[in-house]
Amino acid sequence: MNSPFLLIIALALKEFLALLRDKSSRFVLIGPPIAQLLVFGYAASYDLDNISVAIYNEDRGIASRELVGRIEGSPNINVLYRIQKESEIAGLIDNRDVLLVMHIDSEFSATIAKGESATVQLLLDGRNSNTAMIALNYLRDIILQLNRQWSDQKQARGPPAIIEARAWYNENLHSQWFIVTGIVGLLTLVVTLIVTALSVAREREQGTFDQLLVTPVHPVFILIGKALPGLLIGLIEGGVIITLAVGWFDIPLRGSFVALYLGLFLFLLSAVGIGLMISAICITQQQAVLGAFLFLVPAVILSGFATPIANMPDVVQLLTWIDPLKYFLVIIRSVFMEGGDLGLLWPQFWPMAIIAALSLAMAGWLFKHRMY
Amino acid sequence: MTTAGRQRLAGLIRKESLQIMRDPSSIAIAFVLPVVLLFLFGYGVSLDARNIPIGIVVEQPDASTQSLSGSFEKSDYFSPFYFQTIQQAERALEQRDIDGIVWLKNDFARKLFSQPDAVIAVRVNGVNSNQANLTLGYIRGTWLAWITHQAEARGTKLEMPIQLEHRVWFNPAVDSRFFLVPGVVAIIMTLIGTLLTALVVAREWDRGTMEALFVTPLRNHEFIAGKLIPYFVLGITSLFVNFLLAIWLFKVPFEGSLWLLLLTGSLYMLVSLAVGLLISVVAKNQFVAGQIAIITGFLPAFILSGFIFDINSMPAAIQLITHIVPARYFVAILQTLFLAGDIWPVILANTGALLILLAVFSWLVAKKTRKSLE
Repeated sequence: MNSPFLLIIALALKEFLALLRDKSSRFVLIGPPIAQLLVFGYAASYDLDNISVAIYNEDRGIASRELVGRIEGSPNINVLYRIQKESEIAGLIDNRDVLLVMHIDSEFSATIAKGESATVQLLLDGRNSNTAMIALNYLRDIILQLNRQWSDQKQARGPPAIIEARAWYNENLHSQWFIVTGIVGLLTLVVTLIVTALSVAREREQGTFDQLLVTPVHPVFILIGKALPGLLIGLIEGGVIITLAVGWFDIPLRGSFVALYLGLFLFLLSAVGIGLMISAICITQQQAVLGAFLFLVPAVILSGFATPIANMPDVVQLLTWIDPLKYFLVIIRSVFMEGGDLGLLWPQFWPMAIIAALSLAMAGWLFKHRMY
Repeated sequence: MTTAGRQRLAGLIRKESLQIMRDPSSIAIAFVLPVVLLFLFGYGVSLDARNIPIGIVVEQPDASTQSLSGSFEKSDYFSPFYFQTIQQAERALEQRDIDGIVWLKNDFARKLFSQPDAVIAVRVNGVNSNQANLTLGYIRGTWLAWITHQAEARGTKLEMPIQLEHRVWFNPAVDSRFFLVPGVVAIIMTLIGTLLTALVVAREWDRGTMEALFVTPLRNHEFIAGKLIPYFVLGITSLFVNFLLAIWLFKVPFEGSLWLLLLTGSLYMLVSLAVGLLISVVAKNQFVAGQIAIITGFLPAFILSGFIFDINSMPAAIQLITHIVPARYFVAILQTLFLAGDIWPVILANTGALLILLAVFSWLVAKKTRKSLE
């Protein structure tokens, strides 16, 4: 057992056994991440396909009927109520029965017949203002189309509403493509971090870590032995989730596979480094889980997983530089949608390598210097 | 309760409180993380795009292209960069230096008012589809405002039969912080109730001290009360601190009544404690308890609660799952109490759902604890 290679294998094997011996530990490594990918992959979407609407139409003319018909015909909109009195509006919005109320006043058709502009009023529930703004955009589109059609019919100069617009990479703007690729990073980070964070803490709690340190094994080998299981589990888990993203969610994988896996490897290496650092500081498993969590939550929020980094204040943007998930999300989204390769993604690789090197070195130092 | 019973309960509460106070990690989760989360959501993240970097390609500069670029520059939504050719702009888009391109071709001025077809072309990076949709909307809005103004200046009138006027209730300034900050309060209480409780109780199983507790004269209900009261106090304290920070620091309006917030907050705290206890009893191992608490407590509170993503647009099967996520009901209550006021139908329906969940989870905990030593 003097070869360092064999030593590392033996240590890693022992780690694997400690982790996989228990039936429920085995289960939480496999079941929940897959279930989550499926549930969150469908749940987390900014697209609205069921906007609940009430229409308060005081007008009896043709124009208003055509407008209402358009709204009802939209696949994203569900007209739930036709109301007769203004007093009903407040109740419907307050109670969250509808997201918005469209009010067409009694002069609407007459005004349009005269060739003038008539106003339609929308009242939106702003309790989730993002949802309200997306719904507003959908309705704006419907009305713009109708405006163009009407002015074309009259051979008049309509608004040049049609901008020739094209979205690159995610041509139909599916938010699922954005979210599912994000979840790949999120789930592999959660699993890897918890596995490694618990590895040293478990031995500390049981008192076997001190025994390990007094063996002739150099701490660097202990470090590698502890790092390997998390790395391997993360790589396998990441592979499975990426396969599901392609096979189940039909997200196109356009870019370089090498870039994706190099990114995943560096990302996991930094996750393992941070996990071991947490593990080396903590004395109990409880502290390790909570410590991992303490890192995880800000890391996810600052990664651009759900909210763009560009919208953050400058100071907060600086903080995102030390977040490995930020770089990995750029890589995975780029490889999937933009067809990214090593050349394009180079600026994302080296920061993760630095984070990995620093955190692993720090963890190794803490192994030796934190003893009690 | 007898005097002895009260003493037993007090003893257990004391032990549990000391355990929280002496461990830096539970202090961090109970006090540090809530503040970090609140600041991140209050100051850090936002769904409201500002200063979107866009490229403007002007192939033949003249007065009209200059005036159009001027409107993009004046808008808070954009910070424009100029390119001579579309190829240069497309390169910048590929390298993510800009998020979108507005392309004014060389016949822009000639075609502007002479033909109905598109005279400007727009490209956006669609990777973040939500952001792309917003960017497209803002570009369209800026363009429409400019062209209307131009038409007026030339004395022609654009035919716009329907004018859309909108009002956003409860959040007229459309500030995403106003719904993110109340939502975070629910997340923080889930953290304390579910994650912290699950871990601490699972540790007793791990170490075998649970069996030791069972052979003491401690009754089942005393045991549960003793375990829960310290976390309950912790959760309510953090609700209070978060509430004060939300209204003073982040200037989120609070339209509802405080007693309702405390009442529904206490109820939600009880539900998440029940979930935490249930996890610990089922898992009996800190690694598993931690994973399950994050996976069934924390992440659903983020994704399935309606905190950010709209529940109505989820597939039916997933909407069904959201019904057993307690955070869903509390997020609805919080957003209503903060932004809309005491709207009884919303409060009562969601409170009722929380009561049902509380009954179900408590029954499960009671069943599992009794059987768990066999």
